[in-house]
Amino acid sequence: MENLLLMMAPLFSSKLLLVLLFGTLFGLVLGVLPGLGPTTGGALILPFTMTLDPLSAIILLTSIYCAGTYGGAITAVLINTPGTPAAAATCLDGYPLAQKGEAGRALGMATVSSTVGGIFSVIVLVFFAPILANLAYEFGQPEYFALAIFGLTMLASIGDGSPIKNLIAGAFGILISTVGKDFMTSIDRFTYGINELSIGIGFIPVVVGLFAISEMLTQSTLLDQVFKRVALKAVKLPTKDDYKKTWKTILRSSGIGSFIGVLPAEGGTVASLIGYSEAKRFSKNPEEFGKGSVEGIAGAEAANNAATGGAMVPTLALGIPGSATTAVILTGLIIHGVRPGPDLFKEQPEFLYGIFGAMLVANILFFIFGFFGAKIFARITLVPNKILWPMIFAVSVCGTYSLSQSIIDVWIMLFFGVLGFFMRRYGFSVVPVIIGLILGELVEGTLRQSIVIFDGNWLMFLTRPIALTFFILSLIALAFPLIRSKKNKKII
Amino acid sequence: MNNVRDKKRANKSLPFFFRTEFKVFFIIVLVSSILLISTFSFDTVPPILNRGIQPATFPKGLLVLIIALTSIIYYLSFKKPWKKEKNLPRPFFLTILSFIIFIIISKTLDFFLAISVLSIFVSYNWGERRIFHLLLVSIIFPLAVFIFFEMILGLRFPPGIITNLYYY
Repeated sequence: MENLLLMMAPLFSSKLLLVLLFGTLFGLVLGVLPGLGPTTGGALILPFTMTLDPLSAIILLTSIYCAGTYGGAITAVLINTPGTPAAAATCLDGYPLAQKGEAGRALGMATVSSTVGGIFSVIVLVFFAPILANLAYEFGQPEYFALAIFGLTMLASIGDGSPIKNLIAGAFGILISTVGKDFMTSIDRFTYGINELSIGIGFIPVVVGLFAISEMLTQSTLLDQVFKRVALKAVKLPTKDDYKKTWKTILRSSGIGSFIGVLPAEGGTVASLIGYSEAKRFSKNPEEFGKGSVEGIAGAEAANNAATGGAMVPTLALGIPGSATTAVILTGLIIHGVRPGPDLFKEQPEFLYGIFGAMLVANILFFIFGFFGAKIFARITLVPNKILWPMIFAVSVCGTYSLSQSIIDVWIMLFFGVLGFFMRRYGFSVVPVIIGLILGELVEGTLRQSIVIFDGNWLMFLTRPIALTFFILSLIALAFPLIRSKKNKKII
Repeated sequence: MNNVRDKKRANKSLPFFFRTEFKVFFIIVLVSSILLISTFSFDTVPPILNRGIQPATFPKGLLVLIIALTSIIYYLSFKKPWKKEKNLPRPFFLTILSFIIFIIISKTLDFFLAISVLSIFVSYNWGERRIFHLLLVSIIFPLAVFIFFEMILGLRFPPGIITNLYYY
């Protein structure tokens, strides 16, 4: 009961409500614009959150996350281009249905299923995050090391793209985290006499570079792309018949999305693809999929929004990000001096339940904005790239500079922008780099401290049951792509 | 489908050092090897003070892992060649050039002048010709960003020929 009241806190504070409204609207705008999205948007706004108190800052980031994930569906339905990668599966049926003159029905189904999926996942978050946090009390340094390794191998196995390339990208992310003074001995590593590098490479320049600047370079190669827009009169609520057809799909996809979200990997994108394929598998009319099936839209959209709450579970309970956007949220927590983990649940329940409540309200808000304002948000896609991206560049540069007031950070951002472009061009996902960068200190720190505890005996890792379980799960995660590749021949 | 097959074949028919797989493999291994060599120059902790592993050991392990995994993807590419990427268009190179110009101007003249020059350069080269839109991205928007960061967030930007007009 007390926790329920804490969850209501954002509703009774005008400041938090304002932050929520702004975050939801901003998230929708980001979600609608192809190439942007909650991860890039979150990274862009992160420096600005320094002017806010920690709760407002994290509420802002989480509301952007929830609304941005839904916003991708608007573009997916109307211009057949997913606003976010998580909305890719929505295109498959959303656009064909819109072409039949039923754009309003398609968006109505996307809005309702996203809201149900999002609310379902917040309930999962409220119940499971404290349980997982309690379990984390059993974790010592070796267990955290094994967990971080499990997180990275999961990313390789079910993340987007090739597993081996994902592992290389993850290892590269960890390598970036080793730049600067070694935290145990204060010895300089990879600094090459540059003083600014002795404090390490900041998270913001890397994230803004890898997401925003590399996307700007990608957009420079797509200038001849022409979007065909489908006209939208108004968003329509699903009919009784549509509800009858889709309620099981929505619930199933909500469960799938929440589960996939909890796993440390690329939450929404993977969740929506699995949600969509499961919707097709269980459907009485699988032949309608790809031709404008409302079940297809419901399956994909409920799953990708359900992944938002799911991905927050390991982020808050263990400090292990469940997706790229939660990696940005985790950074937000860290730069505001909040250390996620079991102690947070004990010491600052009002902070956590405030976030849970805000996510719940954000899901309701994007339903209202989506239902009444989708037509306006769809018009945002009319802003030409030749105007939009120079503006995003200006904000990226100032935002990156503002955090440490260092011009070196801006150059690092540009370097990672170019690097990110070529990584994506040759099939290396940039998400593992971010997760590796975040987990890097945890991986190295826990490994080295474990070796001290075990007096240099590496085999002692195998005597700890929880650590051993995570290592076995990591091996299974690594073997999974090999098994899968036998089916679809995709290892490289 | 045939197009994709043709592209793959085109990639496979090139000498090995022109193939994308080799270029990617070569660059990653070269950079990793240079970094690996540099780890040998890291200071070491005397054995009496050392608890656990030396500071260079962990990065060394990561770099060896990266080289090993890169070798695996290169080996696998013999069985399944990567598809050939389209050539990069002119606006891409102009955008990269604008980044270089940005770095030079921000270092020598002014941070905001650099943003304005980059914005107009990118916008124009991406096809924008309307004067108002060019003014919007190169002057009005950077000015709004400056006012927001300077007045609302209280940030002090690095000195330069334009920024100094405001500060002094």
